[in-house]
Amino acid sequence: MRTARVRFTGFFWRHRWAKALLLLAPPLLAFALVYLASLVALFLSSFWTVDPFTSEIRHAWNIDNYRQLWQGGAYHSIAFRTIGIAAAVTVADAILAFPLGYFMARIAGGRSRAFAFVAVLLPLWSSYLIRVYIWRLILDHNGVLNWTLQKIGLPAANIGYTNWAVWLIFTYIWLPFMILPVYGALERVPDSFLEASRDLGAGGWTTFRRVLLPLTLPGVIAGSIFTFSLTLGDYITPLLAGGASSQFIGNVVYDNINNQLTPFAAAFAAVPLAVMGVYLLIARRLGAFEAL
Amino acid sequence: MRKVTRWHVLLAVFVAALCVPASGVSAGSGLPTKIGKGEGKLNLIAWEGYTQGQWVKPFQKKTGCIVHAKYAGSSDEMVTLMRQGGGSQYDGVSASGDASLRLIYGHDVQAVNPKLIPDYKNFIPALKSPPHNTIKGVHYGISLQWGPNTLLWNTKKVKPAPTSWSAIYSKAYKGRITIPDNPIQIADAALYLSKAKPSLGIKDPYELNSTQFNAAISLLKKQKPLIKKYWALASDEIGLFKSGDAVIGASWPYQTNTLKADKVPVKDTIPKEGATGWADTWMMSAHAKHPNCMYKWMAWISTPKVQAQQAIFFGETPANTKACTWMNKLSPGSASLYHCGASKKYFNSIKFWKTPIANCGNGQNNCMDYTKWQQAWTEMKG
Repeated sequence: MRTARVRFTGFFWRHRWAKALLLLAPPLLAFALVYLASLVALFLSSFWTVDPFTSEIRHAWNIDNYRQLWQGGAYHSIAFRTIGIAAAVTVADAILAFPLGYFMARIAGGRSRAFAFVAVLLPLWSSYLIRVYIWRLILDHNGVLNWTLQKIGLPAANIGYTNWAVWLIFTYIWLPFMILPVYGALERVPDSFLEASRDLGAGGWTTFRRVLLPLTLPGVIAGSIFTFSLTLGDYITPLLAGGASSQFIGNVVYDNINNQLTPFAAAFAAVPLAVMGVYLLIARRLGAFEAL
Repeated sequence: MRKVTRWHVLLAVFVAALCVPASGVSAGSGLPTKIGKGEGKLNLIAWEGYTQGQWVKPFQKKTGCIVHAKYAGSSDEMVTLMRQGGGSQYDGVSASGDASLRLIYGHDVQAVNPKLIPDYKNFIPALKSPPHNTIKGVHYGISLQWGPNTLLWNTKKVKPAPTSWSAIYSKAYKGRITIPDNPIQIADAALYLSKAKPSLGIKDPYELNSTQFNAAISLLKKQKPLIKKYWALASDEIGLFKSGDAVIGASWPYQTNTLKADKVPVKDTIPKEGATGWADTWMMSAHAKHPNCMYKWMAWISTPKVQAQQAIFFGETPANTKACTWMNKLSPGSASLYHCGASKKYFNSIKFWKTPIANCGNGQNNCMDYTKWQQAWTEMKG
């Protein structure tokens, strides 16, 4: 018994790769089975059709779903709207996260830094739905926003149930996911770099543009992967807070699955997958994965 | 562990064989003539609010059938659930007219004998053999409750009171209109066009050829810039009317009552073009494992008091005319509020939801089926 154990541990000591393989096997297997297999199944089913009468799936290979996506102008505008708002949310979050991350990493002392961290993370403790509904109350026709504008003598904004509302809510909800990587990147920039820049005669703006921004860009890109992909895949905020023209790709996928048109849903779901693939390739080239 | 012997296998087969004929009612081709002993269990798919404790608990006590209900959010989900696992997972479903025909033609539900439901004779005549659950005299379920999709408006903001569906297609209320986010809403547009544009020749808003269908879609496309929001949940519409984001829209009586209870100045009506509506049916699965309990359930849910309880709880109209006195007893004035025992004229003014199929009902097969409705709805919203 004992010799067997010695031989066993000895084997793993001599063959380090075997130990790594054994450790990684369960998560890798789960990843391959659950994630990759379901992606493949999704992709395959997008080439099938549904019997219009019985709603049963027919395994007849064809590209009708993709043709319908390509020809239906509505699907183009839905895809562009989804990608456009995801990009706008990312830009807004990056602009908001930078000064806050800078404050947390370089200005705030121990106590105020801890406070800032709690303030950033606290909203994540409450339910996503609650936060969307609260924003709905703020942006409503009779909401807090219009009430405030009226009190200070300005015209009502009326952005409730529009794409502006969707953009605003997404920007708020995903902001912590941008702040944290930006903070991490800013913290890693040595003070001496900024001092050197100043010694060489650069002003604040030049230092930001030529030293700070290039060094923290990977952090911003890393954060943008979160904000962009989370917005790209969401369907709840457009459903609850959007207006008459706020369908996202996720909404169409959800409706089609409810309507038992799974193959078409699969075909449309392949679009954000492709977009995200391209995005990740660009992000890798910009060095985002080193900042994660 | 003891080994599994051949004897064990034989015993298991023997027990299984005993279990099969025990489900007596559906044996043979004919309909059952009496309800047998309950099987102790009943698995249902229902609309939310259709299996409330106040009428399920007394049923369980009386029959010994323990109810396990699963709520479905849409007609499409009901059809999906009834088909999963070979269709034997659930005994019954409270299907609306836009699901019932799909279930009948998909052989997912079985014929039932209305003579076993004592209260069936008290149903309003129109719901004894309605086309959404009775095919060629064969009953595929027992009618339950019904209601209209109404025109709802804010009485402070919309003056004079609208009398036509044209109000929700009019620029007067631009950005203040809300309608349901549901492909079956195309029928509402078609119903309006059947009166506003008689030249299209729309007779049934659920049987549309491509010209009529395209006219309805183009009306909805023109309406889209006027819409504040397509509502997905009843609570969404209630919120829109409360906040003032919407002042007029297509609705159910349930929303009107909830808003009135919250002191929001609203009113609803069935406009002069008529209205669409829903009529629900309890249907029994073709592979029901507890058919006796299902018959007992259909009988129980048809009794006057239970019908009244459900009508008040959900805000709809019971099929049983004897329920009206119970409604007033439970909540004074509720019978007339929900049109209990309504006239034939009122009933006929409602075009009940049914599944659009290619067969137009006049021997022609050029109508738009429901898949096309679903796709057109998504593409219309854009």
